[in-house]
Amino acid sequence: MPPLASPPPKSSPRSGRPRPELIFGDLWPYDPAPETADPKLKPRYDLFIDGKFVPARGGKYFDTINPATEKKLAEVALAGPADVDAAYQAARRAADGVWGRMAGRERAKYLFRIARLLQDRAREFAVAETLNGGKPIKESRDFDVPMAAAHFFYHAGWADKLEYVAPGRRVAPLGVVGQVIPWNFPLLMLAWKIAPALAMGNTVVLKPAETTPITALKLAEIFQDAGLPPGVVNLVTGAGATGAAVMAHPIAAKVAFTGSTEVGKIIMRSLAGTDKKMTMELGGKAANIIFDDAPINQAVEGVVNGIFFNQGHVCCAGSRLLVHEPVAEAVIAKLKQRLRVLRVGDPLDKNTDVGAINSREQLNKIRHLVDVGVKEGAELYQAPCPLPARGFFFRPTLLTGVTQSHRVAREEIFGPVLSILTFRTVDEAVEKANNTAFGLSAGVWTDKGSRILKMSTELKAGVVWANTFNKFDPASPFGGYKESGFGREGGRQGILDYAKLV
Amino acid sequence: MPVAPPKAFFRVLDEIGPVDAVGIEERVAKYTTRSIKKEAKVWGLRKAVSMVDLTTLEGKDTPGKIDSLCSKALHPSDDPTVPTVAAVCVYPSMVRRAKSHVADTKVRVASVATAFPSGQLPLKLRLQEVRSAVTDGADEIDMVINRGAFLSGEYNEVRDEISAVVEACGDAALKVILEVSELETYDSIRVASFLAMESIREGDFIKTSTGKTSLNATLGNNQVMLEAIRDFYLDTGTAIGMKPAGGIRAAKQALQFLIAIKETLGDAWLTNERYRFGASALLNDLLRQLAKEKSGAYQAPYYFSDATDSY
Amino acid sequence: MPRLPITKTPKVYVGGAFIRSESARTFPLRDARGAFYANIPQCTRKDLRNAVEAAAKAGPGWARRTAYNRGQILYRLAEMLEARRAEMAEALGVGGIGRAAAVREVSAAVDRLIYYAGWADKYEQVLGNVNPVAAPFFNFTVTEPMGIVGIVAPDPAPLLGLISLVAPVITSGNTTVALASEKAPYPAIVLGEMLATSDLPGGVVNLLTGFRKELVPTFATHTHLRAVSAVASADERKAIQLGAADSVKRTRLLKAEERIDWFSADAQHLYAIRDFVEFKTTWHPIGS
Repeated sequence: MPPLASPPPKSSPRSGRPRPELIFGDLWPYDPAPETADPKLKPRYDLFIDGKFVPARGGKYFDTINPATEKKLAEVALAGPADVDAAYQAARRAADGVWGRMAGRERAKYLFRIARLLQDRAREFAVAETLNGGKPIKESRDFDVPMAAAHFFYHAGWADKLEYVAPGRRVAPLGVVGQVIPWNFPLLMLAWKIAPALAMGNTVVLKPAETTPITALKLAEIFQDAGLPPGVVNLVTGAGATGAAVMAHPIAAKVAFTGSTEVGKIIMRSLAGTDKKMTMELGGKAANIIFDDAPINQAVEGVVNGIFFNQGHVCCAGSRLLVHEPVAEAVIAKLKQRLRVLRVGDPLDKNTDVGAINSREQLNKIRHLVDVGVKEGAELYQAPCPLPARGFFFRPTLLTGVTQSHRVAREEIFGPVLSILTFRTVDEAVEKANNTAFGLSAGVWTDKGSRILKMSTELKAGVVWANTFNKFDPASPFGGYKESGFGREGGRQGILDYAKLV
Repeated sequence: MPVAPPKAFFRVLDEIGPVDAVGIEERVAKYTTRSIKKEAKVWGLRKAVSMVDLTTLEGKDTPGKIDSLCSKALHPSDDPTVPTVAAVCVYPSMVRRAKSHVADTKVRVASVATAFPSGQLPLKLRLQEVRSAVTDGADEIDMVINRGAFLSGEYNEVRDEISAVVEACGDAALKVILEVSELETYDSIRVASFLAMESIREGDFIKTSTGKTSLNATLGNNQVMLEAIRDFYLDTGTAIGMKPAGGIRAAKQALQFLIAIKETLGDAWLTNERYRFGASALLNDLLRQLAKEKSGAYQAPYYFSDATDSY
Repeated sequence: MPRLPITKTPKVYVGGAFIRSESARTFPLRDARGAFYANIPQCTRKDLRNAVEAAAKAGPGWARRTAYNRGQILYRLAEMLEARRAEMAEALGVGGIGRAAAVREVSAAVDRLIYYAGWADKYEQVLGNVNPVAAPFFNFTVTEPMGIVGIVAPDPAPLLGLISLVAPVITSGNTTVALASEKAPYPAIVLGEMLATSDLPGGVVNLLTGFRKELVPTFATHTHLRAVSAVASADERKAIQLGAADSVKRTRLLKAEERIDWFSADAQHLYAIRDFVEFKTTWHPIGS
């Protein structure tokens, strides 16, 4: 491919004048607008096994906190191997006795019902999600909860149409599926996992993330209200050891995991020698590529959404920005401006754009990697916004002058940190974008439709967003290439991953 | 666009960069989810009142109507914390009458000129109209661009005409109406914004619409123009003002437009020297909401003078 | 005095060339009666590595071929095999397969290639999707090849088994490094000669002969292999899965201890192609 012409940088200020500045000050501060809906939390949550809330056999509980205040929200039962086994036995009974035999149209009705009941209590769930995870209420309200309901709604409709999932073959449920989900989208990931599994006729043992179990357990209340047969969904809470027990249980015909590549590999190793099917949705280091003909203002908006959405706790976050040299200066200047408009703070405030980092551990990891980036020679820019005194917060951060060999260009930071690199030619952009063991997502910004499709063809990533970023839909398959995992979630491809071909 | 855009269009677009329509819609949708309460709301409502170009542009306008409009402009509310509006906006024939009411006050007289709303008169006559309005006391002139010339790519003609109007304005500020409904695409609105801005002065405005066509000001075209103003300012240092007009009737909408300014251009544009609402019904809704904030009770529309909705 | 026939030196087909093992090692192949037949290259880990390099080099070009072209090339390969049925049947005979069974296996292998040749420009239409997302985007899911796929062929049906594993993988544009049956490697040697005379670009299919014990661990751990398709014993499966974890490799493992009817219609299907494609979803804006 011939190199693109490199005209002089666009939008450089005319010389002889001080650079005009915009003032994003406090002339008109938005008053605090806290969401006041009652999250209806219980002081203590037990395990949800066989349709009932039951204490863990070991009788132990652990605290789950609000990362924005570090205050305890509730205590949650710690499931041990015996509890996990009980959950699997219940799931097995439900799979053999009820759910696996039920007509698809009846299964569909349960899923539709769950979707509706979740919509009914959407605001309550949004507040609970924000309290427990630290994400801004506007995201849990406008994205996580409605999207979770949409996943149940979408998959419900598949339950009685499974003969269309795999042309030429008949499909059957696998049996019991073990699922472990992360803390970044606690309710949504649960919906991604449970809805297709149930639609296909499987039953489920799921472990929510250690730090964010609440919405899963609240959803169990909805399962009860919906009359979902006991054992169809079982929830066991705990940390890594509980997760390992869920993944390793002999009854699990399939395991599905969303989390880090590191843990994904550990799970794959632990399951070597078994016949369990697997779906792995792992880490990413997505390239967001801006060409010089791109709609720059919208691209900047998309880059911001790509990396600061959910504090950057997104496996497909656009954490590497590749900018075409002719517009690099302009794009970086605009990004810095845009960062000054971001509102970081109380996740429950309806005007908060960037909320709390999910845990102290994650905050420390982000700090460490940013330090490494600066030591390796990257230039740091952070939004000058005030941060709350308590809780885990991190300023939206840009690292410029990053090269391919820097750790911040290669490792998943999983926080609000954007590493910025430049490129000259289309080929160089593709090479840099693909020069990673990850392959979950990528973004392309250009006004040229044919270039969008060309880039989409060349990029080794499971999802390519053109002139947008971080878009999700139950009908749209999501999943990675290479070490970002395998299997898809969403769409026809996703549901097939929960089926046995017969 | 009804016909293929001319080559000149792409030359300009290549220089200033395109707009992604989906991205714009997404950006402005976020403004609508901002929650503006309490003090922030009252501040925003008052600010919006101060930005209103209280407008009457009807064939049936009478001197009596102008009297009433000016009185409302000068004294929108008995509440002393409510400011006066920025300007009254009238046809040239009414300028003298309007000026007689608002002379020596903060309220300015704006007049549409240049064969509003179509612009379809020879340039000579349009300029004459501008000069006449200025002579009669207009502080501000709202002109329409030559859309025929714009759409056929005669950009020099568009620029030259704007420059001629600038000259005819003298000390009066100029607002250049792009008539976005006839431009059809966001790219086109961006190109027209730049053409206009290149020919006007600091303190002049670009404006969305005449209010006489189907599509008026929306958050989307407002955003495209705000971003054009921002890019132009950062490039040249010249600060151009913005005036959405038509279709903004509710206080809630006005607050959303203010949020767009705050988050796109920043504090320096949160002033009626750089931002106006071309509106008539909006003022009453702003006043209603202000009264509601003050008393805590929702207000019936007929409590407010000149309300069109008196059911 | 009868003429002494010239025997052929078996070489493996790697990167479009016929090579011996870099180690220069061979192992003797005996025919069904136990008589010496030929020395077969005993490929090593390094040979596997070199074959992966060859497959990597061929990969992008093969993936970029049009689906129609890939289908034609697979068909051409079938033509080559059909034209040399007798020779291939004889090669199968070396491993002890009777004449009639050998001919039947060659025919089935030809038919299998034809089956997948026909899929080349159709599987995308069945596996891909346009997805109705609730936003102004044209959202579509297409398949793409994974890259380099390692193949470990079974001992029973040494030709048909090998082709049944290789054909669906290359149909979608992957390239392969395949280990032939250890017990009956000779058909793979002959197949290499047919591949060379088909229009298949060198490096798309690389065939190794040698010992499973020596090579399976490298198939498991070579991180440039994006997937492994194998007929393997329980121990081998575990080793492959363990190695696969290091680079999140995709695996499709059939059990060597179970009887696989390679002649059955069930041994060929769309989902054998699907197992070695990635799904890519693109969001393209709809705006003006």
